[in-house]
Formats: sequence, C-alpha cells, structure tokens
Amino acid sequence: MDFPGLLAQLLNGFQHGLLLFLIASGLTLIFGVMGIINLAHGSLFMIGAYVAFLVTRQWGSLWLALPMAMIGGILLGSVLERGLFRYFYARDHLDQVLLTFALILLFEEGRSLLVGNEFYSVPIPPLLDFSVPVTSGFSYSAYRFTVIGICLALAALLFYWIERTKTGAVIRAAAEKPEMVDVLGIDARRVHMTVFAVGTTLALIAGALAAPLYSVYPNMGDGFLIISFVVVVIGGLGSVSGALWSALIIGLVDTLGKAYAPKVAGLAVYVLMAAVLIWRPSGLFGQRT
Amino acid sequence: MLPRSTAGRVLLGAGALLLGAMPVFAQPYYVELGTYALISAMLALSLQLLVGCTGLVSLGHAAFYGLAAYTVYLITPANNGVSILITLPAAVAAAGLAALIVGALSLRTRGFFFLMVTLAFGQMVFFIFHDTKLGGGTDGAFLSRPLLSILDWELPLTRRQRPIATYYLSLGLLIAMYLSLVLILRSLFGRVLEGIRVNEHRMQALGFNTYRYKLAAFVIAGLLAGVAGHMWAMHRGFVNPELIGWHRSAEALLMILMGGLTTLHGPIIGALAFTGLGEFAQLITERKLLVEGLVILFVVLALPKGLSGIGMPRWMRRSPTTDGSARAAAEARTHG
Repeated sequence: MDFPGLLAQLLNGFQHGLLLFLIASGLTLIFGVMGIINLAHGSLFMIGAYVAFLVTRQWGSLWLALPMAMIGGILLGSVLERGLFRYFYARDHLDQVLLTFALILLFEEGRSLLVGNEFYSVPIPPLLDFSVPVTSGFSYSAYRFTVIGICLALAALLFYWIERTKTGAVIRAAAEKPEMVDVLGIDARRVHMTVFAVGTTLALIAGALAAPLYSVYPNMGDGFLIISFVVVVIGGLGSVSGALWSALIIGLVDTLGKAYAPKVAGLAVYVLMAAVLIWRPSGLFGQRT
Repeated sequence: MLPRSTAGRVLLGAGALLLGAMPVFAQPYYVELGTYALISAMLALSLQLLVGCTGLVSLGHAAFYGLAAYTVYLITPANNGVSILITLPAAVAAAGLAALIVGALSLRTRGFFFLMVTLAFGQMVFFIFHDTKLGGGTDGAFLSRPLLSILDWELPLTRRQRPIATYYLSLGLLIAMYLSLVLILRSLFGRVLEGIRVNEHRMQALGFNTYRYKLAAFVIAGLLAGVAGHMWAMHRGFVNPELIGWHRSAEALLMILMGGLTTLHGPIIGALAFTGLGEFAQLITERKLLVEGLVILFVVLALPKGLSGIGMPRWMRRSPTTDGSARAAAEARTHG
C-alpha cells in the first residue's frame, strides 16, 4: 500500500461519496417532506447518465449535458409529481413501492428502446482530460477534481436553500408538521412539487457527472439506488446533513474496500449498515425516537 | 384473511380440484408453466404472512427463496441427485436461519426504514452469489434435481412423468402451506399479528412483546419461502442470482396486490394471474417488462383491492360489519 495510491483512493472515495450524496439527499428530502419512498430515484440517476452519453455522442460536449440534465430534471420531476406521485402520498406503502417499481421497469424499457442494451463509455471532456500534479510523484485526474468541486458547490447551495431561505424554512416545517403548514395558508402542493423537482434534478446531475467515470449500462440505477438506501439508513431518514456524512463514509468504505479487499468489498457497506442498526436503529445522525 | 362464506370455501375447493386435474389434460409445456405458477404462489403466500397479516412490507423476501435454491445446489454433488428428504429440510433450514438474522436486525426499524433495510440485506445475499464463485457467479449453475427417494428406494418415474410428479408435489406443498397458515391465523399468535397490523402500540400496551411476534412471523415467512425456493431448484434444476434479486421480491409483492391484500387466497390467485399474464405478454411482444410495468400501473391505479375484490357478486363478499379486522381497524382510527 503505497502512499500516492492510498491518497488517490481516498480522493476517489470522497468523490464517490459526494455523488452518492447528490442521489441520497433527493431521496431523503422527498421522503422527509412527502413521506414517499421513490424506488425510481435510481432510474432518474440512470436517465441523467444517458442524457450525458447521448449529448456527448451527438455534440461532443459534456458541458451541454449538465444544463440539459438540470432543465430535464426540473421538467421531469414536476411532471412526475403533478401527474402521478401527488395521488400516492396518502396511499399504502405497498402501493407506493409498486408504483415506483413500475416506473423503474418503464424507464428501463424506454432506455432499451431509445439507446439499446449495450455498455457505453462516455469520454472525459478533452478540456479536463489531464492530471493535476498534487505533490511530487502524485497527480490526480482533473475531471474528478471538477466533479468534487461541482458536488461541493451543489451541496453548499442545497444547505443554504434549506437552512437560510424562506422556501427552505417551509420545507423544514412541512417535514416536521405538515398540518401546521396548511394552517398557515402555505400551498403545500407547490412545496411538494418544488422538492420533488429539486430531488429529481440532483439525481440527473449526479448521473450526468458520473457517466464518464462509471460508463452507462442497463440497470445502472439499481446499484446506486440500493447504496443510496444504505446511505439514508445510516444517515437517518429525512436528515440531509446526516445523508452528507454517511454518504462520505459509504463512499470511502466502498472505494477503499474495492481497492484493497476486492473479494469482500461488496459486503462491506452492508456489514456497516448492520452494525449501525444494532447500535443506533434510527441512524447515526437521525433523531432518536 | 380467511374465507368466511360457504360459497367462498366451495370456490376455493373447486379451484384446488381444477389445479389437481390440470396435468391430465394439459400439454407438458403447460404442466411446467403450472409448476412455476404454483412455486410463485408459494412465494407470494409466504410473503402475505408479513404484508397482509402483520403489515410489514418487506422488499427482500426473494433472498430466502433464492438462498434455499442455492442450498440445494450447494449440498448436491455433481451428477448425483440427493433425496428430497435431505434437500428440502436443509433448504428450508438455511432460509429460516437467514430470515432469523435478517429479521432480527431489520425489525429494529419500522415502516419505510424496514423496507429499505430488507431490500439492502436482500441485495447483500444477491451480491454474495453474484460476485463470488460460490454458486457459479453471474451465470448461475445447473444442479442434479432432488430425487423422490427414501433410503435406497426411488420412486420409479419416466422422463415424462417427472415434471408431473414435481407439479403435484408443488400443489401438495402449496395446499399444505395454505392450510397451515389458516391454522396459524386462527391461533392466538395469528390474532396478535393481526393486532400488530392494526395498532402495534395498543398490542404493546396489552403486554405483548411485538418485536418477538414480528420476528417469529418473519422467520416463518422465510421458512415457507424456502419451501418455494427448494421447489424452484427441483423444478428447473438451475440456480442464478436473479432468483434472489429484488425484482423477484417486488414481483411477489405485486402478486399479493393483484390478488388482494386482505385474503389468504389472494396471493395464490395473484401469482397464477401474474404468471399467465407474463406468458401472454411473451406471446405478443418481446418487451415483457414493458407489459409488466403497465400492468403494475394499472393494478395500483385502478385495482387497489386486487382481483379478489372485483367480479364477485355482493352476497359473496364479506360485509364490513361482520368482518372483525375491518371493524378493529375502524375502531383504531376513531380511538387512535
């Protein structure tokens, strides 16, 4: 285990964790405010990655894909919320699970119809396809540095939005006591639509950023969805700051595990989750109930 | 949960007779398809103990089903079948043990947390078989089917009779499973589970250790899923990680929702309907998942009570005033 190698893996883990945070924060926000678990959240990530792939193939630029993922996320999120999810907030868990499972199947079939079932790699933008020398003898991919930067900026924006703006205050109130928000005359439906659109957009952006690093392939959303669930469970359901910390932990554990103990790496995160459940069933950063 | 009216019981008996007569007139292909439908029905029925009876929505139930099938593979030497008297208990025990561990951990959580945790543990089992060479890796592995034998004596079956024997064995196990669940639900244990579904806090206030009851239900459901998984291995002679994957768990939930959440025969009807529908979808299109997705959307949007909630004349439906669980639920709502 040489030092530059370890440093690279640590940075990889940090970057992986930040991407997981973009997915898991949407998941946990949507759950916290609307009380719905969106299994199709992984498919939204997949859609983002395929948007990046298609845009890069067509116009040769990933930078075009990011704004497209953003606009697409806002549109798709609003349409899904308005047209479908809105009617399921009061329904049984089972109905919500099957609804979102059906969406996964439909999104995957749509992907298969439009793009096919092959494995595609997405080139790193030429502008960033070089290594930044960090110390003598160690340099690190400029693209990964950029991803880290974008993720940190988005995370900061998200925290500012939730903690410091009026909309954020309403969102926190809606997560805490939805009846109170109604009583105060705030249109909860608009809050729901906003939160859903933001969550969707974050997932799509994460997908677009991830495409050059992880390639795009059928059912790619599944793995990220389940790891995001582990992140949410460890972080505490509904807690965005908990999601950040646990995403970073999971990202590091997963990446270091894959690098240094590939045979057991697949299990490491689940063992971690089991340990947290024994120790603190409501998550490391969740409120104790 | 149980059919109360005589007409309902007669219908169920007639359905069982029809299933029993099926191999007499059906072609071998449909006998095999029927076996698969019966196995799916066992899986859905075992899950119903958690979902419909206790109110626990698990999204990792296929783990126990797949684990049982893999157990048959692991204890069967190459090219040499083992007696079902060994494989069935071994497979069921493995599934039950796994359910005990997963249940003990995941039942520390509630609601959506429980759902995510069962899903994650299910995927953990999936990755054990998907990523290691333990059971043939991604591609899966073939195995010698369990033999219908006692000591050195083996039931003499020709190649053509074997699938029929597997069909009847599956049907017999499904009926046995249904009847034992009827007995379980009629017992005090079953009443407590129903109470937990309706109002867990009240059951706790009555002095029941609800965690233990839920864990017992989880383990029983795992054991029964193990029976289904064993029959899959015997039916196909092949195991692969897809058996464990969460799509299979979600399908089992869909079967329950299709058939109806509030009855014990619902999951069986749902499983038969789901298998039939899948077969039909394959005839008309290559995009089976597209059809499956649209069917789920339709069921969730238009049939929240499932197939057993429609099409029945009014006199055969249970009226809400005589239905104990519905009354209890209404009571729980008013008294909180």
